[in-house]
Amino acid sequence: MKVKVLQNILDANTQMAQKNQRLLDNHRILALNIMASPGAGKTSLILKTIARLKDKTRIAVIEGDIASTIDADRISDQGVAVVQINTGGGCHLDANMVENALNNLKLNEIDLLFIENVGNLVCPAAFRLGEHKRVVLLSVPEGDDKPIKYPMMFTESEAVVINKTDLMPLLDFDLDAFKRKVIGLNPDVEIFQLSAKTGQGLDPWLSWLEAELKSLRA
Amino acid sequence: MHELGVTQEVLDIALNKAREAQASRITKINLVIGEMSGIVDDSVQFYFDFLSQDSIARDARLSFRRVPMQVRCRRCGFSFSPEKLDWSCPKCKEWDAEVTAGKEFYIDSIEVD
Repeated sequence: MKVKVLQNILDANTQMAQKNQRLLDNHRILALNIMASPGAGKTSLILKTIARLKDKTRIAVIEGDIASTIDADRISDQGVAVVQINTGGGCHLDANMVENALNNLKLNEIDLLFIENVGNLVCPAAFRLGEHKRVVLLSVPEGDDKPIKYPMMFTESEAVVINKTDLMPLLDFDLDAFKRKVIGLNPDVEIFQLSAKTGQGLDPWLSWLEAELKSLRA
Repeated sequence: MHELGVTQEVLDIALNKAREAQASRITKINLVIGEMSGIVDDSVQFYFDFLSQDSIARDARLSFRRVPMQVRCRRCGFSFSPEKLDWSCPKCKEWDAEVTAGKEFYIDSIEVD
């Protein structure tokens, strides 16, 4: 006998993600899922954003890593609430891990939550966490072909941040070609170009965060 | 890379449905997997054989229907399967492609006794 199922394999995760989002909405917290390859500058961007916004915005961070607390320690040094998730080999964060992390944060004291995913351009794209916006970071040394090699990451994100633009003179990264590929996959995506290291180009990114936060709270 | 977790989900959903149908054995699970998902069939079957050994899904066969990636050109509406690194429309040459197939990731049906 054949029994129709028609159920998404990741349904359990999606339902948990929806639960997380309701919790975040109830506390009017804007949550961003930051995804990128290892070394693209996820933590550096978060640190720079904290430095620029922490006087007027209450920020917290959930740090996802396979192992270690290196990134969480760097965040904690800035006086920002941080919860470290070690996936113990797992290639992505899932909604269940984020729920546990949320239980360890004082949600009444947060405006903006960064969820830094495990460094990986493949698996994180498939797992919603309860975030409002998905942001993929691409550093220019990685090459301008990445949207085509890892299309899911770029079709599923609301914003793309091109990082390490200070290295552009040394590299053959074709910015126009990259943008054309990204927009060709996802015409509504926001694109930012910046250097988390020098701070150049950071303002549009910060303005976008503030505008998103404002519209969530309107 | 996350085939183990995915396989556990497949098994849980199938066992649930089989229970609802008051089945005594699951013989086959029909999966529909888009090309973009990056899931490796052999790994899923390998984990499945391990995870299901004490359940009514033991010895069930997993069947994978692979859905190739299909995109639609937003400019001229032409549908095509992109080749390698080129997603530009073969008809109007523009690069403005909406993915219409290839993200599937679901259990279509199970076969039970």
